[in-house]
Parts: sequence; structure tokens; C-alpha cells
Amino acid sequence: MIEISGVHKTFGTTEVLRGIDLTAEAGTVTVVLGPSGSGKSTLLRCINHLEKVDSGLVRIDGQLIGYRQSGNKLHELNERQILKQRAGIGFVFQNFNLFPHLTALENIAEAPIAAQGRPQRLVYERARELLTRVGLGDRADAYPRQLSGGQQQRVAIARALALDPKLILFDEPTSALDPELVGEVLDVLRDLAATGTTMIVVTHEIGFAREAADTVVFMDSGRIVEQGPPTEVLDNPKHERTRAFLSAVLV
Amino acid sequence: MTVLTEQHRVEAADEQLVVVPARHPWRWAGTALVLVLLAQFVHGLATNPGWDWSTFFGYFLEKSVVEALGVTLLLTFAGAVLGFLGGIPLAAMRLSPNPVLSTVAWAYIWVFRSVPLLVQLLFWANLGYLYDRLQIGIPFGPGWSFPTVALISSLGAAILGLALHEAAYAGEIIRAGLLSVDHGQHEAAAALGIPKWRQFYRIVLPQAMRAILPNAANLLVNLLKSTSVVYILAIGELFYQVQVIYGRSGRVVPLLMVATVWYVILTALLSILQYYTERHFARGAVRNLPPTPFQKLKAALKR
Repeated sequence: MIEISGVHKTFGTTEVLRGIDLTAEAGTVTVVLGPSGSGKSTLLRCINHLEKVDSGLVRIDGQLIGYRQSGNKLHELNERQILKQRAGIGFVFQNFNLFPHLTALENIAEAPIAAQGRPQRLVYERARELLTRVGLGDRADAYPRQLSGGQQQRVAIARALALDPKLILFDEPTSALDPELVGEVLDVLRDLAATGTTMIVVTHEIGFAREAADTVVFMDSGRIVEQGPPTEVLDNPKHERTRAFLSAVLV
Repeated sequence: MTVLTEQHRVEAADEQLVVVPARHPWRWAGTALVLVLLAQFVHGLATNPGWDWSTFFGYFLEKSVVEALGVTLLLTFAGAVLGFLGGIPLAAMRLSPNPVLSTVAWAYIWVFRSVPLLVQLLFWANLGYLYDRLQIGIPFGPGWSFPTVALISSLGAAILGLALHEAAYAGEIIRAGLLSVDHGQHEAAAALGIPKWRQFYRIVLPQAMRAILPNAANLLVNLLKSTSVVYILAIGELFYQVQVIYGRSGRVVPLLMVATVWYVILTALLSILQYYTERHFARGAVRNLPPTPFQKLKAALKR
């Protein structure tokens, strides 16, 4: 279970997150919608501590992210401990960020071996299974630049899955793709949702939110405007801001 | 009944069309001019007695010259290895968020790039004049001390000077390479929880190498030639040795050619090494690697 409470974050003079409270149960899919600049990506990056929050707490299965609590004191974790926590949280980037000098298979196998110290042979076996699962079983030895955008993003998803994370964060996973390639990535996401993977997805794909989300969260200027099941938020939005956004997106 | 439509007629006509390549008369004229100039130059090399080729061949593989070549290679190797070993921490320090570390690295690079290599070498050779004993041990506390002259021979001074000089440049080259790696790569590695040190040598450095290598090769070739400056410390490297020989025999030009040809050969070897190393680190950077000259030759012979 993911519990986010009172998260604030400021870059320079702009307050990007102004007090975010959000809870997501294990095995559920949370889709975060909102105009650009509303703080969606920053929120994701605070969850796995790629960004340090100014105030507020993030807990995953009761464990604080980035800090250790003793009594009423919060001790900042050191780099090594934070890296260890991150290995339990998958992150899929908008721009894939695959390692270009490693093959698809090596990209997937790198972290389970390096971060979790799993035996190499098993990791490579698993990596091949994951590639097959995302429909790229025959491209194991291809370098990222030899793959299309959609294929690269599917490798990136397999790379996140390889760590057996408690939670996977998706930061606009289809925004950098040609329209015809969006479908193949969303298929993989739907498949993950159906198998009970805990996911938080920042996206502009309203259709995906409607089908796959358990909770839809609408954010605007660093606040959560409304949240609830897709039938409520998407079909009967309570707030004017949500309505305006949805009517602009669903032309 | 055959009906020849307009379409068919065009296609039939197409088959008889012949492509005539464009002519480039000026390209031919330019080629001829260059070939004539080249022939004149080669003719001059062969016929001008001033080049004194018999002396050149007499000394090219002479024992003292080959030994001096060994010293040049030793200086280059030691300078390069120590220089790059020093460059890595310098680059890391300059990129460090700690202001003391980054300022110290900046100052080091500033000083060692400012002082001419020749001047620096003379300083190191005369270090005994400044500090007649060197000591290792607890800072400001007890330790062992050694006479400077015994610790730093002239060869030692030369290697020290070259390495410190190279380190300043290598530091900047490595830093440039590290900066060239996309920020997303650091983030992806961090998000996957890959340990810090492994992030560096497995993810960042191999990608940085693409930007580091061409500059590093430049630095290496430059170092190879800079070793000739060391003659000022009377060390028997290649340039010093040919000077000694022509000082005795007076045959300046053929002996300078001995040194020149050796430098050219060594640079050629370094260039080949550079080509294959760059190719190694190009993995994944281009969709398909172009064939090497050797592979092209093999393919041409097969045909």
C-alpha cells in the first residue's frame, strides 16, 4: 500500500506540489491526469525519491521512503540505502532511458544482478521470459537504437518488472511515441493491470484510464482537485477545472 | 488483339533509356595537378643528396637510437597511465558538489595548464634545490625522510612532470566526457537502484568513452611528441639521442629524419589503436557498425 501525505515540493520560486495526500492499495491501478505543469511527474519522482520532498511523507507498505524514523526524529537515508529502496520501486520514463550500449537483454538483467545480487543465470532466464511477455522474445540481442520507440518502451517496462517491484511508476509512458505505437505499449500496461501489479500511471490516455484504472486522480497546479473511480471522475466530474480539462482533451 | 495503352508505351520507352554519368572535368584537372606536385616531391626526396638516405638507413635501426626509442616509449606510457589515473579523480573532484574539492581541482588544472611543460620539467629537476629532503609520515608529525636527489632522478623528474601536466588535460577531457552523458541515463540507473560505483563504470563511463576517446587520443599523440622536450634534462630519449649523434657527425637532416620517421610510425600505431578502441565503444551508438578497412579489403578480395 502506498501512502502519500502532505507532500510539498518547490523548485526555485515555483511551488510545484502544494500538499498532496494520496493512498493507493496494493494491486490497484491509479491513473494521474492533469494539464502539463500540474506536478504529476514531480509527484511520481518524489515517490521513488528521485526528487527530495520539502515536507510530507511517502510510505510504501509502511516503510518510509528516503528517511528512517526513530522516535520523533527522521534520519535522512544515505545514498546506498536509498538505492536499495528504489530497487523495490519500478520506474518507466517518458523517454525510455534504456542504456544504449547494452542489449535489450543486458538492460533488463543489469539491475537484478547489480542492485539485488541475484544469480546471473536465473536473472538472464527471467529476462528472456519478460521479453517474451512484452512480445519481444526475438529481440533479446538488439541494441536500443535498433528498436522502434514502442519496442524500446516495452523493454523499459520489462526492465522495471525484472526487479519484482512492489509498485511501478509510469511517467507518461506513451507521450514520446508515434500514435500508431501507443497501442502496443498500452496493451502491455493493460496486461500488467489485469495481473494485479500495483501501478501509478501519469498519462494523457483517457481511454486507458477509463478501462484500466481503479482510481483516477486529477491534478492541477500542484494540488489534487478530485479523485475517485473512473466512472465518477471521467463521466461525472464534480469540479469545473476537471470538466474543462476533459472537454479539452476529449475533442 | 493488342491494345498498346499510353502507360505501356512509356514503360517500353523507359527500358531503352541509358544513364550517362555527370562529367567532372575540374575534378580531373585537380587530380592531375595534385599528382604532379606529389611526383615532384617524391622525386626531390629521392634525388636531393641533402636528404642523405644512406646515413638515414645507417642510423634508423642503430642500437643507441632503438634504445632511445625505448626511453621515449617508456616516458609516453608512464606519462599517459599516470596522467589518466590522475585525471579521473580530478574530473570527479571538479564535478563534486563539495566546493573545496571542486575548487582545488579547478586550481590544479589552472596552474598545470598555465605553466609550460619545459619550465615545469626544469622545476622538478631542481626540486632538490628547494627541498633537500622529502618526508613521508604523519602530517606535521614524525615520518621518514629521504634526500630529494636520491628520490627524484632526472628520469623520475621527467615522468613526474609529464604525468602532472597530462593529468590536468586528462581531467578536463574526462570531465567533458562525463558531462556528455544524457542526464536520463543517471536517473535511470538511480531509479533501478544500481549501486553508485557500478552506475559509474558500467553505465556512465562506457557512454562517456565515446566523447573521451578522440580527445584522449589527441592528448596521447601530443604526449608522444612532448617527450622530446625532456631532452632539456639530458635524458636519452629519441630526440636527445639524434641530437647527440648529429652533434658528433654534423649530419643534421638525415638524423632529424630518423626521429621524424619514428614519431610518424608510432603515431600511426596509436591511430590504429584509436580506431579499434573507438569502434569498441561505439556498440549500440549506431544502428550498424561500418566495416573496418580490413573487413572491406577481405570482402573486396572475395568478390
